[in-house]
Amino acid sequence: MVFKIEPRPIPSKAMKYFSPLIAALLMLFSGLLIFILLGKNPALAFHAFFIEPINDLYGLGELIIKASPLMIIGVGLAIGFKANIWNIGAEGQLAMGAIFGGGVALYFNESTSSLILPAMFAGGIIGGMLWASIPAFLKIRYNANEILVSLMLNYVAILILSLLIHGPWKDPQGYGFPQSVLFSDSALLPIMIEGTRLHAGVLISFAAVGVGWIFLLKSFIGYQLQVSGLAINAAAYAGFKYKKMIWIGLLSGGLAAGIAGVSEIAGPIGQLLPSVSPGYGFAAIIVAYVGRLHPGGIFLSSLLMALLYLGGESGQMNLDLPSAVTGVFQGMLLFYLLAADFLINFRIRFKLNQPVKGANP
Amino acid sequence: MNPDTLMNILIATIAAGTPLVYAALGELIVEKSGVLNLGVEGMMLVGAISGFIAMAKTGSIIIAVSCGMLAGALMALIFAILTLSLMANQVASGLALTIFGTGLSAFMGIEYTSVALKGVPELSIPVLSNIPILGQLIFSYDILIYMSLVLLAGVLWFLYKTRAGLILKAVGESPKSGHALGFSVIGIRYLAVLFGGAMAGLGGVYLAVAYTPMWVEGMVAGRGWVSLALVVFATWRPARVMIGAYLFGGVTILQFHIQGFGFEIPAQILSMLPYLATILVLVFISRDKNLIRLNSPASLGITFHPENN
Repeated sequence: MVFKIEPRPIPSKAMKYFSPLIAALLMLFSGLLIFILLGKNPALAFHAFFIEPINDLYGLGELIIKASPLMIIGVGLAIGFKANIWNIGAEGQLAMGAIFGGGVALYFNESTSSLILPAMFAGGIIGGMLWASIPAFLKIRYNANEILVSLMLNYVAILILSLLIHGPWKDPQGYGFPQSVLFSDSALLPIMIEGTRLHAGVLISFAAVGVGWIFLLKSFIGYQLQVSGLAINAAAYAGFKYKKMIWIGLLSGGLAAGIAGVSEIAGPIGQLLPSVSPGYGFAAIIVAYVGRLHPGGIFLSSLLMALLYLGGESGQMNLDLPSAVTGVFQGMLLFYLLAADFLINFRIRFKLNQPVKGANP
Repeated sequence: MNPDTLMNILIATIAAGTPLVYAALGELIVEKSGVLNLGVEGMMLVGAISGFIAMAKTGSIIIAVSCGMLAGALMALIFAILTLSLMANQVASGLALTIFGTGLSAFMGIEYTSVALKGVPELSIPVLSNIPILGQLIFSYDILIYMSLVLLAGVLWFLYKTRAGLILKAVGESPKSGHALGFSVIGIRYLAVLFGGAMAGLGGVYLAVAYTPMWVEGMVAGRGWVSLALVVFATWRPARVMIGAYLFGGVTILQFHIQGFGFEIPAQILSMLPYLATILVLVFISRDKNLIRLNSPASLGITFHPENN
């Protein structure tokens, strides 16, 4: 029997939805192999990694807390990715959001006004969008590659956060640790379900999925973005302004990351620390891609990626597995997805070896 | 400033620029073939930890370099299979490679975070190394730094003096024509991508084994991305890559000395300098759209499928 790879006459719609599933299954299978190679009992390791973290209410809450920033940033980035605008600076935009939002919280730390939280989010949005506007401006004005500029700004934003935490915003009673004072209650997001840490910030992320869905699939701008991504000349011919696409593509990511940054510091963290994100900005790139740049898909893939974070922590506690294994899983997931996407445009035909007619003399 | 300090700064600048020379020259060859691999950072990290582990286990710089290059090439192979055989998007695949490499290197390096290496001794050439000033400035580096100069010479010779180099450039400019002439576009691009991976791995090894020498999670710290920017900065010319790499080396080193000159600048602001310099340089070189268009390989980043043409 031989198999032959041939192009499909039209791209397969079914494979478009199946390939993330194939990728997830391949990742789980590779995970098993890694556990075996590390000398762990695969069943126990699998349980500790993928089931243990979410087998109670608290765990489920943690899952959603971790999925929340991934979901909102994933939607924000997907808007740009649709138009082939690559914002990989979400990690820095998240940090900037945390700096601006956290600045508001620290400045009004004595206040009990209910306007503090909205002001923090407004600050975070400004911070995130401001940081994303730099690569947008430099791309439009100077043709500078947005991938490299947005990436470099990640390092700069995190260094600014570090500068503030080690300097003016350092808690004087913090025993010299680099951290701000704890936020007052009015600067913290309320807990929604007793017995969990599930904070109200996740509602914003859920809303973002809905807004993103309307924006990407139902609005004219979403359509323009998509056309720009598929065929830039066609978009130009139709009179779509590419500069506008660049602004929207980058600012949507900055907006989302800024909100996520405030949600993190006003939610699970409760103060400013030198590190406010375990790489959510990068993981969200995978979330957006595995979710097929579709808000519904992003919602699901953010849960999967969140589980990988929790699994990494649980594996470290229960099995002495290094938590860095999370990054390996996340990278593999995207590899498998990109590989499985081959089947959207190509198919593999199996056929029996047949003697070629007329080959004999 | 006394002459000794100046000498130290110059020597340190060369050392700081060397990992960038390796990674950027490798990426230059990849891009000349028409492929954009954004995974340099990930390949450098995996190369760095692989070389570091080999050095810690065997103490042999030759084995460390071989392991690092092999690891970098293996990482590049994943990218090549995805983008060249399975025709995946090059930007997404490169990002995936960096994310994967960051995780994998952290994972591999857990037991090595507190291991100290001796480093790589500087060459001591009889007579030459003892010449005052010149001997110190030219003949006092470790072998890997001299190898990076050999690499530059090799890349220059390959690109501008050999038929193979001409074919590589042709494939990067117009894969269709290359294909029509009977060259295996995919095969050539595979080789270029693997070479780029090996060089990124070597840059990583230099960083972890000779420059620092120790392993810290994520220690490449954006140098892979800077290398990508350097290729643009150099408008795809090898000698300019070298100059750019040393310029960035200089910026990196300056941050350690600026405080010594009596400036009261917070460490974080100094650490930002290389990243800000990269952005500045990118803006400076990219604002001339024609310059970029004329110099970048015409098919850069575009997927090629032999049967669709």
